[in-house]
Amino acid sequence: MRYGDQRVGEYKLTTEHKMRARIRALTDGAATGLAVLSTLLVVAPLVAIFVYLVYKGASSLSWAFFTKNPAPVGEAGGGMANAILGSGILLGVGSLIGVPVGISGGIFLAEFGRGTKLANAVRFTADVLNGVPSIVMGIAVYSLIVVPQRHFSAFSGGVALGIMMIPTVCRTTEEMLLMVPHAVREAALALGVPNWRSVLSITVKTASPGIITGAMLAFARVAGETAPLIFTAFGSPNWSVALNEPIAALPLQIYVYAISPYDEWHRLAWAGALVLIVLIVLAVSLVRYVTSRGVLKGAS
Amino acid sequence: MGVGIEVVSLNAWYGTNHTLQDIHLNIPANHATALIGPSGCGKSTFVRCLNRMHETNPIARVTGTVRIGDLDIYKDAKPVEIRRRVGMVFQRPNPFPTMSIYDNVAAGLKLNGYSNRRALDEIVERSLKNSALWDEVKDDLKKKSGASLSGGQQQRLCIARALAVDPEVLLMDEPASALDPVSTSKIEDLIFQLKSQYTIVIVTHNMQQAARVAEKTGFFLNGRMVEFDLTHKIFTNPSDKRTEDYITGRFG
Repeated sequence: MRYGDQRVGEYKLTTEHKMRARIRALTDGAATGLAVLSTLLVVAPLVAIFVYLVYKGASSLSWAFFTKNPAPVGEAGGGMANAILGSGILLGVGSLIGVPVGISGGIFLAEFGRGTKLANAVRFTADVLNGVPSIVMGIAVYSLIVVPQRHFSAFSGGVALGIMMIPTVCRTTEEMLLMVPHAVREAALALGVPNWRSVLSITVKTASPGIITGAMLAFARVAGETAPLIFTAFGSPNWSVALNEPIAALPLQIYVYAISPYDEWHRLAWAGALVLIVLIVLAVSLVRYVTSRGVLKGAS
Repeated sequence: MGVGIEVVSLNAWYGTNHTLQDIHLNIPANHATALIGPSGCGKSTFVRCLNRMHETNPIARVTGTVRIGDLDIYKDAKPVEIRRRVGMVFQRPNPFPTMSIYDNVAAGLKLNGYSNRRALDEIVERSLKNSALWDEVKDDLKKKSGASLSGGQQQRLCIARALAVDPEVLLMDEPASALDPVSTSKIEDLIFQLKSQYTIVIVTHNMQQAARVAEKTGFFLNGRMVEFDLTHKIFTNPSDKRTEDYITGRFG
């Protein structure tokens, strides 16, 4: 553009500029609108489920629900105390198996076995395991533990849940470790820190918030599992804390009550579902709170 | 105290790429030595061979001899022992993000099992003073994370972290290239002070920087060391035509 044309050029530029700015503003608005809409679509089912559960179940919640065991058929009242405890025990056993094995596997995949045939085989196995239907997991544990022992048990239920947790924990741990910058690993090695120590104290620690999220995801997923418990934990109307006996679990109890012909039990099933969701949210929040304090402590 | 470094016919590869070819070099103790050269000439690979960081890459390979003081580092010692005696500062500041300022400095000792609290306090203070960061951070040693500092402060934190394990040699791989001019001059002042206690090898793209901080300078080109001499000789009267072309800006 010649110097003398500047005014004309400037004028032309501004009209074009204004038009483009309007198009940009419209595109921006549309994109923001889509994002907000998608967010609502994601949140809506959760909110809907929760509201419906509260609507259906809250009225059946009482002190007895948390302190009493299920009442025999025909009797009114009763609660799910044994199922709440049972779920806690099953998830405890499951986490004790699934979290350490999963995290160790993830550390192996990301740090020690990278590029090896064994690592590829492990990764493939984890992905396949992730896709195994939960009922199949139940039958597998049934034939591996329940049949040889000749009785259902809390232990076998915990094992089934634990195995289901492994692939999720393993793969998220791997992904989180791979996100730790190479520079951080090099910094540790250059200080004369042995590789294993650098992995455990630096890399894993740096990735720990993500690893914990993965473990919580796996925990929340199996907390609601019913199918793998049908042939293993089996369920029980009684109070039980023994690992070698059948044990009640919230999802099992909900299932039994929901398919029963009694209105009273239907209401209890709704209450059970509400309690299950609230307990999962509480457990996940608690772990997050405790571990985030731990991380801060390490950083302070 | 620093020790001298003697390099005899050092060769290094990344896969099939022969990145360092037959390097012979004597680096004097308690001096700063600068390595200059265009990108990809092998100067970073060279310093990484001096603390055996090169071999942390699975496709990397090294042959030849490197003596640090009396120690033949590829024969007589394990990599972790070498790296405690030869500290390293990287191009981009890389403090441990989850650790406090204090823990960053103490990391090298703590992770090697050293746990005497009072001695650690002393070492952390001394290292931060030596890296000219103490006055800026002494009030939030354990409150602030290392990652919350500015880029220049982070780099001095990394220098403190390297000094805390009490090395004899300090390798610096373009330590100021990601920093602003003020932070850069702080790092250069620091190199000036530190070279009375440590042998310093600094890789730099910045020829003025080499001229300012180093007594001797080596010029690398295409994996070979073209010339190694007193810094003022390299910059005023180089013996090799290629060195002259490079420092006068004809290439690189």
